Amino acid sequence: MTEVLLEVENLKKYFNVGKQSLKAVDNVSFSVRKGETLGLVGESGSGKSTLGRTIVGLNEATDGKMVFEGKDVRTFSNKEKRKYNRIVQMIFQDPHASLNPRMKVGDIIAEGMDAHKLASGKERMDRIYSLLERVGLQGEHAKRYPHEFSGGQRQRIGIARALAVEPKFIVADEPISALDVSIQAQVINLMEDLQRDMGLTFLFIAHDLGMVKHISDRIGVMYLGSFMELADSDDLFSEPLHPYTQALLSAIPAPTVSREKRERIILKGDPPSPISPPSGCRFRTRCPHAMDVCAAKVPEWKEIRPKHWAACHLY
Amino acid sequence: MAQLLEVEQLKVSFRSHGGEVQAVRGVSFDIGHGEVLAVVGESGCGKSVTAQAIMKLLPKRGCNIKEGSIHFEGKDLLKMSGKEMKQLKGSQISMVFQDPMTSLNPTMKIGTQISEGIIKHKGLDKTQAKAKALELLKLAGIPNPESRYNQYPHELSGGMRQRVLIAIALACDPKLLIADEPTTALDVTIQAQILDLMKDLQHKFGTSIMLITHDLGVVAEMAQKVIVMYAGIVVESGTVADILERPKHPYTIGLLNSLPNYEDGEKERLIPIEGTPPDLYDPPTGCPFAARCEYAMEICVEELPKAFTVNDGHYSRCWLNDPRAPQVAEFAAAGRDES
Repeated sequence: MTEVLLEVENLKKYFNVGKQSLKAVDNVSFSVRKGETLGLVGESGSGKSTLGRTIVGLNEATDGKMVFEGKDVRTFSNKEKRKYNRIVQMIFQDPHASLNPRMKVGDIIAEGMDAHKLASGKERMDRIYSLLERVGLQGEHAKRYPHEFSGGQRQRIGIARALAVEPKFIVADEPISALDVSIQAQVINLMEDLQRDMGLTFLFIAHDLGMVKHISDRIGVMYLGSFMELADSDDLFSEPLHPYTQALLSAIPAPTVSREKRERIILKGDPPSPISPPSGCRFRTRCPHAMDVCAAKVPEWKEIRPKHWAACHLY
Repeated sequence: MAQLLEVEQLKVSFRSHGGEVQAVRGVSFDIGHGEVLAVVGESGCGKSVTAQAIMKLLPKRGCNIKEGSIHFEGKDLLKMSGKEMKQLKGSQISMVFQDPMTSLNPTMKIGTQISEGIIKHKGLDKTQAKAKALELLKLAGIPNPESRYNQYPHELSGGMRQRVLIAIALACDPKLLIADEPTTALDVTIQAQILDLMKDLQHKFGTSIMLITHDLGVVAEMAQKVIVMYAGIVVESGTVADILERPKHPYTIGLLNSLPNYEDGEKERLIPIEGTPPDLYDPPTGCPFAARCEYAMEICVEELPKAFTVNDGHYSRCWLNDPRAPQVAEFAAAGRDES
């Protein structure tokens, strides 16, 4: 559990927007341990998806290091890159857009196996069937097209595709946010079963804090391209340190009427543009505790309590 | 005339290549003055179609309102002429849609879009309408209304656009606001802002709200009454406390159970509702939830249950509420009672 699978150090991903640069991920450092689920939350535009895509290799990092099993991904040889592309897989948000509508489900699942020459002929078909059954579908579904399936079933197909190449690490980018409540729980349970049976490591990106809490061992909170806080999920929920995390948690409406309503912290305004983020702490323009120092100095990313990291001048 | 809106036995179907899709199959509910009714259900349960039927936004071709009536202040909307309906829409009943990105006209200034309805329905001239529009923008919590007035939708964020849509919807002091997933496309911190705004305005003007959502947290936050829809019918209805704490339909119980309980330290396995909703091309004759229901009995497959009265104002369409049905422990234990 304590063995580190992926160590991200000062990772940056900038996009060019005209003459300016959009700092989607700015100086992010964290590690992912073997076999754990690291949850990543934040509002739209916080850079959580960009971070996930950069780790998988769908975006090229602008600067920084990603050390996977002891070696920097950015210095990999082509052969090592091929292996990395196999053992690190991604599950996408939109089950309607992430499956090729012109391919049969069996071929979608086997595409990675074919590319990495993992199996052929009867063995290939057998693996497709067993993968389909593993994710709760039936072998005969291999001959059908994606449009014949519901959203939840399609997400299962996406998971089977990721599993086909025997990955170690899966980046799941909002895998359940397009699904109905009753189906979300099905997919979450499937992911938990797979993790237990196959020893997978997950980076679980979502904005639904309840589900993230449920599935994650640790949770990182992002705002405008940077980490605000990172802690064990119970600690984060019971004692959020960063004012942004506190506001985020207080904003979740609870499905209950009898319980005392928590004091709600309503943030003023919208997140600023990541093209010209505020000086100092990025959150200061919406922070109820903002001080002079917040505008002047970027708060240091430090371990405030054991295993509980945050970047805030209050601590 | 007791209620503001009374929908009775509404049935809507769509013709398509595969046959007839029975999207809404006999839905009845009412909304009182100043009341917030939440309509809960998963995609395809008919909640949006019901709203569109009330607003008469359903396509003329291929869509058929087969039965039922929709009475607004005693008048049947389904029997109204297009002209009468036009007068009602925007002034008496208005709607906020889910997607703030696509429901504003991208080629028109924000201000023009708000004053459009005011000029049309309130008979004000341009300067008066502008003053009213600015007041509405301020009310909707938009900073610097004067400069926003002349901006185009693309210059605003999602939360801002939703505020503009609420300003438009409230421009003519409607009696009923239909909000179809008004916060689903927004981030939680922005959602909290918008819900606050809606509650605030509802208190101020006494507007009745029909709130369509799938988020039971939003329901608890906003509504007084709830109807739960499944496969085109209302399976359970009652007060918000009835539905969230004393649910008497296995589907409602299933929905509540499938949510993670993030406030407790213990990590328990989620209890999903297995299976998927039925195909509405050929809806089952019995209870539509029977195939996914762990308590299903023989009769559930054979006959659609009537709405049993649990207590005054709390109804459940489930055979388990029949006195002859076996007692199910979950019925008593369901919900999230505080211990």
